Amino acid sequence: NPFAGLVSQLRASWLSGKTRPMKYRMAQLEALGRFLDDKKQQILEATASDLGKAPFEAELSEILLCKNELHETMNNLSRWMKDEQVDRTLAMQLDSAFIRKDPYGVVLIIAPWNYPIHLFLVPLIGAIAAGNCVIVKPSEVSKNTERLVAEALPGYLDKDCFAVVTGGVPETTRLLENKFDYIFFTGSPPVGRIVMTAAAKHLTPVTLELGGKNPCYVSDTCDVTNVARRVAWGRFFNAGQTCIAPDYLLCTIEMQEKLMPALRQAITEFFGPNPRESPDFGRIVSDKQFQRLRALLGSGRVALGGQTDEAERYIAPTVLVDVQPSDPIMQEEIFGPILPIVVIANMDEAIDFINSQERPLALYAFSSDDKVVNQVLERTSSGGFCGNDTLMHVTLPSLPFGGIGNSGLGTHHGKFSFDTFSHRRGCLKRGMGREPLNAPRYPPYSQQKLGLVRATSKVAPRNGCVLL
Amino acid sequence: MQNMQQIVGRARAAFRSGRSRPLEFRIQQLKALERMVQEKEKEILAALKADLNKSGPNAYSHEILGVLRELILAMEKLPSWAAPQPVKKNLLTMRDEAYIGYEPLGVVLVIGAWNYPFVLVMQPLIGAIAAGNAVVVKPSEVSENTARLVAELLPQYLDKDLYAVVTGGVPETTELLTQRFDHILYTGSSAVGRIVMAAAAKHLTPVTLELGGKSPCYIDKDCDLAVACRRITWGKYMNCGQTCIAPDYILCEPSIQSKVVENIKATLKEFYGEDVKLSPDYGRIVNQRHFKRILGLLEGQKIAVGGEADEASCFIAPTILTDVSPESKVMEEEIFGPVLPIVTVKSVEEAIEFINCREKPLALYVFSNKKQLIRRVIAETSSGGVTANDVIMHSVVPDLPFGGVGHSGMGAYHGKHSFETFSHRRACLVKDLRWEFVNRLRYPPGSMEMVRL
Repeated sequence: NPFAGLVSQLRASWLSGKTRPMKYRMAQLEALGRFLDDKKQQILEATASDLGKAPFEAELSEILLCKNELHETMNNLSRWMKDEQVDRTLAMQLDSAFIRKDPYGVVLIIAPWNYPIHLFLVPLIGAIAAGNCVIVKPSEVSKNTERLVAEALPGYLDKDCFAVVTGGVPETTRLLENKFDYIFFTGSPPVGRIVMTAAAKHLTPVTLELGGKNPCYVSDTCDVTNVARRVAWGRFFNAGQTCIAPDYLLCTIEMQEKLMPALRQAITEFFGPNPRESPDFGRIVSDKQFQRLRALLGSGRVALGGQTDEAERYIAPTVLVDVQPSDPIMQEEIFGPILPIVVIANMDEAIDFINSQERPLALYAFSSDDKVVNQVLERTSSGGFCGNDTLMHVTLPSLPFGGIGNSGLGTHHGKFSFDTFSHRRGCLKRGMGREPLNAPRYPPYSQQKLGLVRATSKVAPRNGCVLL
Repeated sequence: MQNMQQIVGRARAAFRSGRSRPLEFRIQQLKALERMVQEKEKEILAALKADLNKSGPNAYSHEILGVLRELILAMEKLPSWAAPQPVKKNLLTMRDEAYIGYEPLGVVLVIGAWNYPFVLVMQPLIGAIAAGNAVVVKPSEVSENTARLVAELLPQYLDKDLYAVVTGGVPETTELLTQRFDHILYTGSSAVGRIVMAAAAKHLTPVTLELGGKSPCYIDKDCDLAVACRRITWGKYMNCGQTCIAPDYILCEPSIQSKVVENIKATLKEFYGEDVKLSPDYGRIVNQRHFKRILGLLEGQKIAVGGEADEASCFIAPTILTDVSPESKVMEEEIFGPVLPIVTVKSVEEAIEFINCREKPLALYVFSNKKQLIRRVIAETSSGGVTANDVIMHSVVPDLPFGGVGHSGMGAYHGKHSFETFSHRRACLVKDLRWEFVNRLRYPPGSMEMVRL
């Protein structure tokens, strides 16, 4: 077991209590902030090499959003760490009852390649804030970023408590043989299953941020120009390699006719007449992904885009029409800059279709009619929901970010990260006095004692409780 | 064997119909459960007596009262629990609606245990119903009378398709676990917890595992020993030690060991009389297998009190072992019986170290007059829950989450925590289709000035 030594070293550090004081955690978080500042240029370069990420996008997703999380956490950490006092029953008025937030111990964070800094750093912030020791396993697919993180990050954090492990499937499999106290995984559902199965052997709790096909319903009553822009932005950001990107569009044939010119307009506005020359449009991360996506272009008919370049791993912002639910592109999460439109007759049909599929990570509905947006929201189930825009619900740290069913379990972002990586421990401190009050609970049991217990349980529900 | 696919399929279809969504429906079902508990109290107590020799008042306090309280709480609080929670917005989302919606997960599986067979299926069931789910309940086959009763009663009071009961043992449970659920709450042993989680992993089903372990009880020299020992005796020997949060073993300094024994011995007499076997309030071990297992733990030990046993009635007397070695068998597994080992330690530091080199327990107990010592023990250890200067009681505070950590479990429930466990918190952001100029900042072609803005 090649990682046993590392894991036990981190566990020893955790048991030493080093990561408990708030001061320590704040110092580590500050160091993460310095990492983002000092290494910004290298981060932009690495993500550009790995994904052709536009500097604009990288600055937004890999730096800005991470710093938001850092600041949110550092601003609130002392409050989050405090014991939460809870209401007590009548019999316990003189006792102290509270929820203590304890770190779990040694946490493993496994990150994917599409937002290679963001997707390990944001959970890492939560894990550190909650007082854990952490092993970070960045994705080997985004290899330049992996190298940067492995070389630079340890210099900023306490080496006793935080480590970076690199490698591919074999290394990750060996890593998962060890006992962790929490595992945070972002990636695909099939690998999520593998991670959870490995976690089950050690009874390790997990958060799985997975994916799926995020439906985007566009009703007949809407501002087509704005819809097209918001959908195009969400779909083509990071060349479509975003877990919460609108995966496919559902609309009537009439709306499709109106959307096409609007989408063309939006794409041109964003990326110019030849997106391949735009510094703002990304590339596919690997040959394997490129080939997978190129094959999907065969579904339906290309209405916009469709151009590809293998050497550059470039796929143009593409819209497909005449797509059937049985087509290959509708069988898997696209994770690329291709937007299929599936025509439906009306909202009910759209909702029925959505509900016949696995529950997605995100769900989008566009309409200038509030009622339509609310109907779609109420009659479907998804990790998160955004009405009249795409992606934006995950930029608010006060909203939990996570999936449901096949799209994941657990949540994070903001306080939810802190809560995810904390064990909420129910604590009751009593006094040694007032022992006579306990008398009814002791044997020998009698109808009289039971009567007392019953009577006190009939007190108004607010105070009503067992006088044990 | 019942057809698991059919049962779960029916529950799922019933859930999809949407009828469990309205709060009025859920409250109506909870009210029906309340009626069931009130009308069938006699039958429930009889089943508990048959399964575990629980006396009436004992069974009522520990199983029925808790259920009634949970029902009242859920019915009263459901509207506030289920209400969408608006969240803090930022500059960009100022004009938008941002909130967390509480939605049911779908079909929930509740697997109960045999030691508190009624409350351990009912309490999760209440939470799952309150959260709007369909529920399949699998009571423990070991407490067969209660299982049979639950299977008979629930369909008489609740919506038959939404809420189903499956009975059976390992083969039936294994078959049931191949089906897809949207949450599984399991109460039982760590070994089976692993099996449940592995089965859940195939469907990416979230789980709440209420497991067990050895809950340590540290007694400081500086404390009212008589009171401490009375409370410990109560918690240890209730239900004949078959309680997941019973104090499993005692840690104390050698100088007070004999006083601890004396005090517990005296309390035992107070509680159960001269001849424990004749007390109607002292339970029995649930079956022969556990009886033999627990007796086996006594081998080679110094028995200071008790040790008597009667196989025919699965009776084991309240027993205390002294000067127990940490390496002995009784210190390896959760005892789950009326045997209380005392392991001596030289100091609280040693006690903390002792606790920390073992698996994290479900409960942790510390008795002391010194507030600082109590604070320290809590701060330097990890456990599902804690009660200081008493035992068991943290589990009856309605607003405290009840659950384990590490080998003692994951997730929590009770009261509002049940509702949250069985709900999906859906992030909702609803924007306007107008005000597009705000969005222009984020669209390509991008420039660094825009980002800085």
